[in-house]
Amino acid sequence: MLRFALLRLLWAIPTLLLVIVLAFLMVHAAPGGPFDAERSLPPEIEANIAEFYHLDEPLPQQFTRYLKGILKGDFGPSYRYRDYTVAELIGGAILISLKLGALAMALAIIIGVCAGTLAAQRRNSLLDRMTMAFAMTGISVPVFVIAPLLILFFAVQLRWLPASFSGSTSGWRFLLPVIALALPQIAYIARLMRASMIDVLGSDYIRTARAQGLGTAAIIRHHAMKPAMLPVLSYMGPAIAAVLTGSVVVEEIFGVPGVGQFFIRGALNRDYTLVLGIVIFYATLVITLNFIVDVLYGFVDPRIRHR
Amino acid sequence: MRRAHKKFAIRTAILISLCAVGAYLYFSGPDTTLGTESVLHRGNGPEPESLDPHKSRSTQAADVIRDIGEGLVGYSPEGELVAAAAERWEVSEDGLSYDFWLRPEARWSSGETVTAGQFVYSFRRLVNPETAAFYTLALAGIENASAIIAGDLPPESLGAEALDDFHLQIRLNNATPYFLDLLTHPSAFPVHSGSIEQHGGAFARARNLLSNGAYKLDAWELGSVIRLSRNEHYWNNAGTAIDKVYHYVTPEPQVELNRYRAGELDTTASIPPEAFAALKEERPEELRASPYLGVYYYGLNLTREPFKGNPKLRQALSIAIDREILAEKITGRGETPAYSWVPPGVDNYEAIRSPYADMTQEERHATARRLYKESGYSEENPLKVEVRYNTSETHQRIALAIQSMWRVVLGFEATLINEEFQVLLYNMRNKELTQVFRTSWIGDYNDPHSFLQVMQSDNPSNLTGYASAEYDSLMQRASEQSDPEWRQRYLEEAERVLLADHPLIPLYFYVSKHLVNRRVLGWGDNVLDYHYSQHLSIADPD
Repeated sequence: MLRFALLRLLWAIPTLLLVIVLAFLMVHAAPGGPFDAERSLPPEIEANIAEFYHLDEPLPQQFTRYLKGILKGDFGPSYRYRDYTVAELIGGAILISLKLGALAMALAIIIGVCAGTLAAQRRNSLLDRMTMAFAMTGISVPVFVIAPLLILFFAVQLRWLPASFSGSTSGWRFLLPVIALALPQIAYIARLMRASMIDVLGSDYIRTARAQGLGTAAIIRHHAMKPAMLPVLSYMGPAIAAVLTGSVVVEEIFGVPGVGQFFIRGALNRDYTLVLGIVIFYATLVITLNFIVDVLYGFVDPRIRHR
Repeated sequence: MRRAHKKFAIRTAILISLCAVGAYLYFSGPDTTLGTESVLHRGNGPEPESLDPHKSRSTQAADVIRDIGEGLVGYSPEGELVAAAAERWEVSEDGLSYDFWLRPEARWSSGETVTAGQFVYSFRRLVNPETAAFYTLALAGIENASAIIAGDLPPESLGAEALDDFHLQIRLNNATPYFLDLLTHPSAFPVHSGSIEQHGGAFARARNLLSNGAYKLDAWELGSVIRLSRNEHYWNNAGTAIDKVYHYVTPEPQVELNRYRAGELDTTASIPPEAFAALKEERPEELRASPYLGVYYYGLNLTREPFKGNPKLRQALSIAIDREILAEKITGRGETPAYSWVPPGVDNYEAIRSPYADMTQEERHATARRLYKESGYSEENPLKVEVRYNTSETHQRIALAIQSMWRVVLGFEATLINEEFQVLLYNMRNKELTQVFRTSWIGDYNDPHSFLQVMQSDNPSNLTGYASAEYDSLMQRASEQSDPEWRQRYLEEAERVLLADHPLIPLYFYVSKHLVNRRVLGWGDNVLDYHYSQHLSIADPD
């Protein structure tokens, strides 16, 4: 087990390095530079700025400079937000993004697992059909459709909730973005949970438990829940990735000042350092979370023991 | 079994309600609305890049900096020049020397006096290559400024001098009738030298920033909101009505509109094109559209085929476009058709119009067809040309309309290519791929020079490759002229030369567009689209 974990950790280093190299090459290959605007700069001013940000150096030299900086924990200055470093920008936005992501994941797991279990327990009932219809809608209607509808209804029509996250001080500002972010995951987890619960409930050892006179609730709680959760657990990795990418869209629509919004702005503005910083941050996050899921899987499923 | 079932359901219900109560307690933060303070909520568009007046260049940054800082002169709500940090000024007869006398009562937000020496310090900082400022145009006309920016002279050699604490003298290279207008730009605002020495690069952040305007910076929540509050030391604090101004980051016009409709914003930075017509019906009193110093145009790349050395073709393409349809049917937000490069209503100028502006549509079509033939194209040998525009619905609709006008009048099929904005910028500057391209020009100061300088052969913003010796020499003569009437004549002549050469196709002149809640008073319309918060007030709820 320990060896497995160490090996996985060791593999993360070349993976991360590859991500950095590819991302660096890609941002620099995109046409246009960070300081291009409709109003072109006079050449001498352009020269001053290029020198200030070392953009006049050849690319390999810029890369080594960047890599050395990262090793020291310095992600460089943002090209667009001239008073801030990339670390400060990401650091400020992370908390909001993580909070949003964690709340959405929590909501998705709680509601998804409950709905899936209920649907499995009352297979082919009205409740089951409604849950699955809802799940189908949640999966097939994209976030950028759901989110504006939520705003129109709850913020503009009813005025119950703030239309946008930023500027509002009420905690309710989290509600709409979290729902928008969680909906597709709720749907997916519910379907996954239903299928796997039906599968487990049909297995021999559950029949044995029933024969011993245990009630459905007790069976689900003590015997069926854990094995039925396995597919949901292994879906956690992709789900977190989906929430991360989904947050880019949701943050944009709800005006949440999170990492996703900086990522979009950074890419559009060719803010090289900011985009690179966020890519590295996301890559590290996904690698770490996948690692945790892998290790957890070993604990939950006794059939899998990593050698 | 039934009982176990019920128990399970009841427990789940209790758990969910506990969660809900917890969430409510956790989320409902303290109520922050205060009784008597007046707060203005402004949508401000994309996030400003910096509040350091020497490092920013976007209009969003300028809008905030105009609230917290103040230059020697400023504008009234209607766009008239008014005294600001300087109480009066004198211009020498040759127009080369400006003397400013500062208000002795002008103060920084710390209560310190604003001095002429601080203006000199700030001007030197802007042109110092170490500052790496984007935007130095406002001061570029001051003696030695260009050489300092290029690194050939020290910043101390700049032609700006403090004769005493309140007397500032500026010397220019050429008489510049719009110099006072330039000084209203944030890049000409003073920065506090002590504060920069103390905080270095972080001086423009909340808690560090000392400013001399009607408001001071309280907080900048990145990606979210910039909070300002009244500067108690401001010389005209008594004349400032609103206590707090919040500039919200609203990069998406549709999102901004939702927030306005939900009552979260008092003013918006823009209006989504697709919502304009409905809003005109729905909220006619809140919709503010007014002429703006900007022109939307199609540039023609003169450095390569088919436009190189073919002025007749350029003219044919321009005349074949029905600008009335574009302005009324396609954009439809009060834009006016453009038959010139300099927008009408610019100070110190008599608007010029292309000769075909007064033709009927039939005459235009006939002229365009004749010129098209004379330029060597016909139905058998149609023109092949690409039109590039950056991805946006409005740009696409305009391109489609123009494509069809060219098809109907001249009989050729233009290829439309949409590109991401940065890619289009790159292509326009490189002049290797482009043939026809969409772009625009927004004037920085209320003078024809702001537009005409763009097409000079050495201007980096001249994306067409237009290089006319005659035009350049007229512009040069205008800039050397100290008699305003002669200067105006040279500039008008230069525009006539430009319009006859057709290096670009002006399509329409912009309007500024905002939603302004009826409770906001004092909002003036002006061609530069400047709206200082200190001029606004909020109506008492009745």
